[in-house]
Amino acid sequence: MGWTRKDLVTIRELEAAEILTLIDTAASLQEIAGREIKKVPALRGKTIVNLFYENSTRTRTSFEIAGKWLSADVINFSASGSSAAKGESFVDTARNIAAMSPDVVVVRHSASGAPALLAKALPCAIVNAGDGAHEHPTQALLDLLTIREKKGHFDGLSVAIVGDIAHSRVARSNIHGMRKLGMTVTVAGPPTLIPPYAQELGCKVSYRLEDAIRDVDVIMMLRLQQERMHAGLIPSLREYSRYWGLTLDRLAAHARPDVLIMHPGPVNRGVELSPEVADGPYSVILDQVAKGVAVRMAVLLLLAGGRSAEGPSQ
Amino acid sequence: MSPRGAVSSTLVIRGGRVIDPAASIDAEQDVLIEDGKIARLAARITPPPEATVIDASGKWVCPGFIDMHVHLREPGHEYKETVATGTRAAAAGGFTAVCCMANTQPVNDNRAVTDYIRAKAESEGVVRVYPIGAVSRGLAGRELAELAELAEAGCVAFSDDGKCVMNAELYRRAMEYTLPFGTPVISHAEDDTLARDGCMHEGVVSTELGLSGIPAAAEDVMVARDIVLAELTGAHVHIAHVSSAGAVRLVRDAKARGVRVTAEVTPHHLLLTDEAVRSWDGNMKMAPPLRTKRDVEALIEALVDGTIDCVATDHAPHALSEKEGEFDHAANGVVGLETAVCVLVDRLVKPGLLPLVTLVSRLSRDPARLLRLPGGSLGAGAPADVTLIDPDAAITIDPARFASRSRNTPFTGWTATGRPWKTIVGGKVVWQ
Repeated sequence: MGWTRKDLVTIRELEAAEILTLIDTAASLQEIAGREIKKVPALRGKTIVNLFYENSTRTRTSFEIAGKWLSADVINFSASGSSAAKGESFVDTARNIAAMSPDVVVVRHSASGAPALLAKALPCAIVNAGDGAHEHPTQALLDLLTIREKKGHFDGLSVAIVGDIAHSRVARSNIHGMRKLGMTVTVAGPPTLIPPYAQELGCKVSYRLEDAIRDVDVIMMLRLQQERMHAGLIPSLREYSRYWGLTLDRLAAHARPDVLIMHPGPVNRGVELSPEVADGPYSVILDQVAKGVAVRMAVLLLLAGGRSAEGPSQ
Repeated sequence: MSPRGAVSSTLVIRGGRVIDPAASIDAEQDVLIEDGKIARLAARITPPPEATVIDASGKWVCPGFIDMHVHLREPGHEYKETVATGTRAAAAGGFTAVCCMANTQPVNDNRAVTDYIRAKAESEGVVRVYPIGAVSRGLAGRELAELAELAEAGCVAFSDDGKCVMNAELYRRAMEYTLPFGTPVISHAEDDTLARDGCMHEGVVSTELGLSGIPAAAEDVMVARDIVLAELTGAHVHIAHVSSAGAVRLVRDAKARGVRVTAEVTPHHLLLTDEAVRSWDGNMKMAPPLRTKRDVEALIEALVDGTIDCVATDHAPHALSEKEGEFDHAANGVVGLETAVCVLVDRLVKPGLLPLVTLVSRLSRDPARLLRLPGGSLGAGAPADVTLIDPDAAITIDPARFASRSRNTPFTGWTATGRPWKTIVGGKVVWQ
């Protein structure tokens, strides 16, 4: 299936075939990372603006590398030290950037829905690089690519997503993507970190780590997003890690021997993941990061130059 | 309080369908207006020679509509609305009187502000304006405003609307202190600690969109508290903009027990649900938030059976820049004066969900009754405030055509059949 959308704003709105197109394209682009000259001319003359209203190291760097390897001109715009810090509204900033005729705007924003507003308002392609607690589509795509590479397929796999589901855009995008590709999803965490009506997203809900991780193919641990949590959702980090921290003992006692441990990063070592698990044989955390570049190349390529027949690796 | 200009001409509204719930009239009648008052209704009135005749055949002739919950934004936020533009919006929407909330800048918590609003209404307004005074000084919820003087200056009710008075003791004292004035306390019932930084209804949609939610319980617990305080004090508590099925149930039970509680509902809570927030349109954001289909059904049922006493728009003008950005940051509230009649007639009355006579009562007789305002009927001697509606005129809602200074409506692009035709205040046609 080809790609016909102007923007990538949510996984929720995509068909399974569109998700596979993105993942397949990303898979074919992975070899670029191993080349001596990491550059293909696919987006030469195209302009990509990274518009980051929220701090990000991994995602912004990953998008920047992806754009540069594709030979696009990449401009980074972060909210601090820019017109946004001088009180310019989001909409005005966006209009000003649009007036400079970029081909793609990659946006990260703490407010859910900000990329959707841009997609409606601007003629260029918009990529959601994470909006509030809504979606983070490229993270889900790289997670899915990692799973397929390790497990060989999607259909029938079971996943437990554990932690602060309520505030997690990674969880939402993954839930939508995994379900569309035939996987079953359980979300788990203390009830105060599970959003209301979570089962309406099509997943099971568990309030016990040991139950959630039993016999699943993939365990995705989420960062306990301290900065987003209102006081009172959990009593203490100590208690959280005691009941919800993934340790080797718990894995050995309850999980399958071939389980994959994933984490979107950055990891709070000793809170949701013990260091032995984060660095252990089950962990594919660094594979995820590596695939991030390929996935973002695929997204930029399909949105900005996508319909040309020019293969990236020729 | 009175419309601009002295009016003493004689007017006959001929051949319209007169709907006057206060007198149980729903029939083709002529209406004679003399000296700003209703002189009489009869099947056929021969117009006096000097009379102006309005041929209202095919039109609905109703007691002037009263919106007991609007924000005119003056003084202080004139870039959003003024008394002049807000009352023109009211007239264009078929309203002959509005009650304006106290969250101006400065707050209407003292007589000088009340006097200012009334003077503005006298000189620049086109419909009647009844100020509502603040419960607490500066809307801060800490000490009582000078309620007696505000009542004397003409405030018809007291409310910190826009904010909930979280201090139950202060609220109790406000209810007690105002007992002698016969003025209700109007409650913006939303528990801050449960609503937190929520920006939409907490439900399936908020979970999908990743927006922080306000549970219906935030409203319900505060409605329950206010009912208990009304019982304790014997005061009349009016619940503003009821939005949840739970609040409806609480009000219904309290009324059955004889508690002096009344309630209003807005057109947007009657016609929209949280599904509308999927558009990320800031015009779908208000407090309390749009809720679910189940809540909407309960609200309509309650409006029909009288659990909810009246319709009020909570007309809350905001500039485009306060509404167009991120949903989290958008201001709360929507304009409603110029769309209420159109959408309610088209979406509730015409499909048979709400009897026409009930809608007219909820917009005229009932708010007049709750606030002891003149009007609300077409009986002889009543002020000649009349709302005329053309039930067959089609309209597409276009904010660019609003008389209001603001455009923040959730109903842009809606089509409706049935719209205000002429608005008469004190015997004078103020809009047509």
